[in-house]
Amino acid sequence: MTALLLTLLAPLLGGLTLALLRPLALAGWFNLAVSLITLGGAAWLAWLVAVSGMIAGMGFRVDAFNVYLVVLTAFVGVTTSIFSRPYMRHVCSTGKISAGSLRVYHSMYQAFMLTMLVALTTDNLGVLWVAIEGATLATVLLVSLYRTPEAVEAAWKYFILCGVGIALALFGTVLTYFAAQHVIADPAAGLTWSALYERAHELNPTVMRIAFVFLLVGYGTKVGLVPMHQWLPDAHSEGPTPMSAVLSGLLLNVALYAVVRLKMLVDGSLAETATPHLAGSLLMGFGLVSFTVAGLFLHRQRDIKRMFSYSSIEHMGLMTFAFGLGGSLATFGALLHMLVHSLTKSAIFVTVGHATHLAGTQAIERIRGLIRTQPAIGWSLLFGVVAIAGFPPFGVFTSEFLLLTATMQSQPWFTVALVSGLAVAFAGLFRHLHPMVYGAAPEGQQPVQANMLPVLLHLGLVLWLGLSIPDFLATWLDRATGLITGTRLL
Amino acid sequence: MSLTQLPVLQQFVLLLAALALFLSFVLLAQARLVAAIHAFAWQGVLVSAVTLVVALAGTAHHLYFSAALTLALKGLLIPWMLHRLVRRLSLSRHTETLRWPALVIMAAVLLVIFSYWLVEPMVAQDLAFTRNIVAVSLAVVLIGLLMMVFRQQAVAQVLGFMSMENGLFLAAVSATAGMPLVVELGVAFDVLVAMVLFGVFFFQIRESIDSLDVDRLNRLTEAVEITGERPG
Repeated sequence: MTALLLTLLAPLLGGLTLALLRPLALAGWFNLAVSLITLGGAAWLAWLVAVSGMIAGMGFRVDAFNVYLVVLTAFVGVTTSIFSRPYMRHVCSTGKISAGSLRVYHSMYQAFMLTMLVALTTDNLGVLWVAIEGATLATVLLVSLYRTPEAVEAAWKYFILCGVGIALALFGTVLTYFAAQHVIADPAAGLTWSALYERAHELNPTVMRIAFVFLLVGYGTKVGLVPMHQWLPDAHSEGPTPMSAVLSGLLLNVALYAVVRLKMLVDGSLAETATPHLAGSLLMGFGLVSFTVAGLFLHRQRDIKRMFSYSSIEHMGLMTFAFGLGGSLATFGALLHMLVHSLTKSAIFVTVGHATHLAGTQAIERIRGLIRTQPAIGWSLLFGVVAIAGFPPFGVFTSEFLLLTATMQSQPWFTVALVSGLAVAFAGLFRHLHPMVYGAAPEGQQPVQANMLPVLLHLGLVLWLGLSIPDFLATWLDRATGLITGTRLL
Repeated sequence: MSLTQLPVLQQFVLLLAALALFLSFVLLAQARLVAAIHAFAWQGVLVSAVTLVVALAGTAHHLYFSAALTLALKGLLIPWMLHRLVRRLSLSRHTETLRWPALVIMAAVLLVIFSYWLVEPMVAQDLAFTRNIVAVSLAVVLIGLLMMVFRQQAVAQVLGFMSMENGLFLAAVSATAGMPLVVELGVAFDVLVAMVLFGVFFFQIRESIDSLDVDRLNRLTEAVEITGERPG
């Protein structure tokens, strides 16, 4: 419990302090320190869970499934704050944002981490909702940080669309609570996930069916599922790049985590009815549509950050599909994919941040010759995209291979759609990537100061996961798979 | 089971909820901003009154607190904040030209019917009261959504957002005798923070497009040529 408190209090107190901290040079370092403490707490928590199996109490519940996302969240939080310190100071020194805005940025960065961690660790569906809505509120000011008309528009769109989506999710939560009241006598426990899960088979299937549709549309908006994805490319492309990295790498995962937890409840409730796999089929449908549409949209992008945000939608679609497919193999693959996608995508956004500083623009057609001007950035971008497109030996290949195998086993016809979708996405990424990396550099393009440590760390980990998944991690993911599907893989 | 057989207090709750739904229609079609804010405030008061009646009828004592919270937040604080913002943005006399008002109202009517259709399966469980209340609150939520889609004025969109929240509160209070206190406080906190941020955005939007007609925020589309330099 102490570990959990440490993990949650560090970003809370850190965020409050950063809101007041005047010296800007210090703020970046302090932000990094707070993130490191959070990571320490998360690692401790993971160790405790590995030993005891589960930590529950005070309205929290940490098991193998969410603790792995907690560690991932804290880890990406650290590496992104390593990247963001010099990056945001550079932005600040060019006069694009004021000192006050930078303070807002740091404070909201920690507030966002806090909401993510609360959403992951809470056992209460209501608190989960509050935390995910809190994440929107924490990031919406960051999207409009540059105050350009585009940024303000993106932020407004993000605010309104996610506000609507999340309101529908609350309606679904209320319906779940309504169903729970006929099963669980104590009204205070009616939203507790573990209590609901134990008695999921008693929940009224009619009510749960309606509730799940609202919950899926609501949280699906935050996952970025097509057609509720409209906010995502705008918010990713207009906000500061460190924000794109954490939005893509963390927020989408946490929203998907919420969907999976709720699917477990609905599956329990519908098990005895005529449509036991309704939740899974819905997830598969939404997932496949998002996967295909986003892959096609990759081709017509002109903004580099927009392009990679469509790639995020594509991968979230794939994971949603896999969780919908169910079964231990698909679930294991989806969990692994969550991990490698977060690591790769945040590494890509970090690299893209440096590339846009180098070229002075986000327009793909004007980013040229990265390898010639600054090989570190060029090669990182190349390897990042190779990894995200699912080439061996990177980890994304492993997880996508597992997912394809699982699909082949249970729904062979969908494999065709998945493979062609992957090919389309690959083509979309590489037709833009090639000139950016290899093209002739414009005259006078100067290297910028870049810290490639986060990128190396992330891509190194993804490479390691592709070559051999360490035993402890495999056991860990396997335990999470066991929690979600009831059967273990290994 | 017909409505007249319900206990008097439940009938009263249904009456108040129906009035709240009526106010949603008023909000949807009210072109004057200040009048719309007043309608929204009255809706908040009605939701708070529903909470009070449910509290009187049942044993859940924290509902008294929640009624007071709703009244303070939805009936007084948020309308006051909106009022102040509208004055500071000098929009007090602003009237919005509604596009296709008759069509929008018809769409809202259809949404009410849809809500009843959606909760129809619940009738099998003999939940006449709950079925009505869930349908009415769902209709309030959906009409709020419709309002956010059809109104172009940022303040009107926020009113739609807030009336969605009213519908959610209505559902939580009357169908389930209130959410656990920690959730209710969390939701109230989120709504309050959202309102403050909306206020900030009104000024940012006006600064960037010189108006609060959100329709003119249309620079971000898929195939558009990128012109401006962006800092990345």
